[in-house]
Amino acid sequence: MIWKEAIRRILKDRLAVICLSIICLYAFTAALAKLGLVATPWDSVVGGNYQRPSSDSISLWFGTDLFGRSVFYKMIHGTRIAMSVGLITSLISIPIGVFFGAVAGYFGGVIDEIVVWFYTTLSSIPNIMLLIAIAYVMGRGITSVYVAIGVTSWVGLARVIRGEVMKHKERDYVLAASSLGATHFSMIMKHIMPNVFHQVILNLSLQFQTAIRSEVILSYLGLGVHGQPSWGIMIDDARLELSRHVWWQLAGATLSMFFLILAFNVFGESLRDALDPKVK
Amino acid sequence: MFVYLLRRLLYTIPILLGVSLIVFVLFHMVGGDPTYQMLGKHANPEQVQTLRHELGLDQPLTTQFFFYLKQVVTFDYGRSYSTKQPISDMILNGIGPSLTLAIPAFFLTTVFAILISLFVAYFRGTWIDKGVVVLCVVGMSIPSLAYILFGQHILAYRWGLFPISGYEIDFPDRLQYIVMPALIWVMVSLGMDVRFFRNAILDETHQDYVRTARSKGLSEKFIFLKHVLKNSMIPIVTYVVIEIPFLLLGAFLLESFFGIPGLGSITIDAINSSDFPVLKAMTTINSLLFILGTLATDIVYTWVDPRVRLK
Repeated sequence: MIWKEAIRRILKDRLAVICLSIICLYAFTAALAKLGLVATPWDSVVGGNYQRPSSDSISLWFGTDLFGRSVFYKMIHGTRIAMSVGLITSLISIPIGVFFGAVAGYFGGVIDEIVVWFYTTLSSIPNIMLLIAIAYVMGRGITSVYVAIGVTSWVGLARVIRGEVMKHKERDYVLAASSLGATHFSMIMKHIMPNVFHQVILNLSLQFQTAIRSEVILSYLGLGVHGQPSWGIMIDDARLELSRHVWWQLAGATLSMFFLILAFNVFGESLRDALDPKVK
Repeated sequence: MFVYLLRRLLYTIPILLGVSLIVFVLFHMVGGDPTYQMLGKHANPEQVQTLRHELGLDQPLTTQFFFYLKQVVTFDYGRSYSTKQPISDMILNGIGPSLTLAIPAFFLTTVFAILISLFVAYFRGTWIDKGVVVLCVVGMSIPSLAYILFGQHILAYRWGLFPISGYEIDFPDRLQYIVMPALIWVMVSLGMDVRFFRNAILDETHQDYVRTARSKGLSEKFIFLKHVLKNSMIPIVTYVVIEIPFLLLGAFLLESFFGIPGLGSITIDAINSSDFPVLKAMTTINSLLFILGTLATDIVYTWVDPRVRLK
């Protein structure tokens, strides 16, 4: 079984385990922040304005911002926003990508041509422009961030699923199922899907990276999250602070983002190796 | 081959129409009425009506769509809401500054990336290779905004090596302003490029023809320089060519940070001032450039990889 083998290989890969632990730690922090168990409230005043980082109290680990709010608390809530953007955009883009990919690959013909035309068209609009355009016309706010990233990031997955489904529908097991009278729906969902589903898992780590980066850029451009401490907002604030030698807000947001993206990057690569029979 | 190119060319027509349709739907149907934004909260209905008529927003949607298609074809996107300049003039003026930054930055990045990836691919599996791969992944994981902010702060503000931001129209003078953004551009893109090129080269080393070459006794150096290198140029050339049309677009964040008045800055200004027609024009033009880019890639492909012509 491909999964058992993959999990065994992932667990043997020490680097992958470390990265997975980092991702879990971020997810756990985000969940705690969401439940209001840590770093609440993020906008309370914990010290003077622009206080340097110190080890006196947890809230001062990364100093304070202009209003004396804890930068560390803002980092934690930024994590909550980043993870929620990753999760919700995945929930939007994966069903769209799987649906279009599976339908196009399975039925072929005119349906395939229409689907391919549709996603080629969509991906001909440069991603950043499409993101900006959608976020702009929907108005600022976290909902438009979810929608903009969600509806722009499914094309890659749809391409891969389409190719895999095309390959699988010619296999003997699918022909056998079809000769036993299986419906199109059950052929796709019950027989083909389990064999191509690992592509969705592989896509997940990429989706999170894209979503987190896009959220930061959108928030930075003033099209994203509003009134909440996202990493993009923190970086935007930090732009004016650097000339006053206030570097901790920028460093905090950058570091939070760096370790998460790095962990997804490395883990995604190990996952690819573990699930890809070519490298065996 | 001619038939292939012709078919490829014809295929861009439905794509172009599709892109226009998406952009139109996005800006004219999802986007709501821009007149309220332009006139402010206290506009009276007559003012709104007059403005809607001036902008052609009271026409039926199909008429508006054909009007937009005409704009796309004639490259006349009307005037900007905020600066009142013709948008096509703004775009033409922006291309120069964008290219001044983009061409040297892109050239340097590509040359460095190819050299480094050749070097590490030759030493594949050794600590040099592993070290460079780690550096690439680390470099890719640092947010681009951090490169820009820290770069500007340390190189320009603290050390005073370069002007903090600005631009000069005169030719040799403008160069001093683009050195730092170009350096940051190279830093931001090098990691990803090196990793891609290295993988492209290494993919070739697992091919059957390499095994054949090895079994007939060719030296590793000869196989690498003669066989592997030539074949790995196919994905590398594709990757490079597809980026070329984007050079016109420039790098948004870099341009707006360093005060270079290129297309990236125009787009960011348009976002900040809710300049609807400029955003629409920029989205359209960038998509056109992208379609041109993929077309060019396919044409280059038939040239570097003769197998494609047979399809």
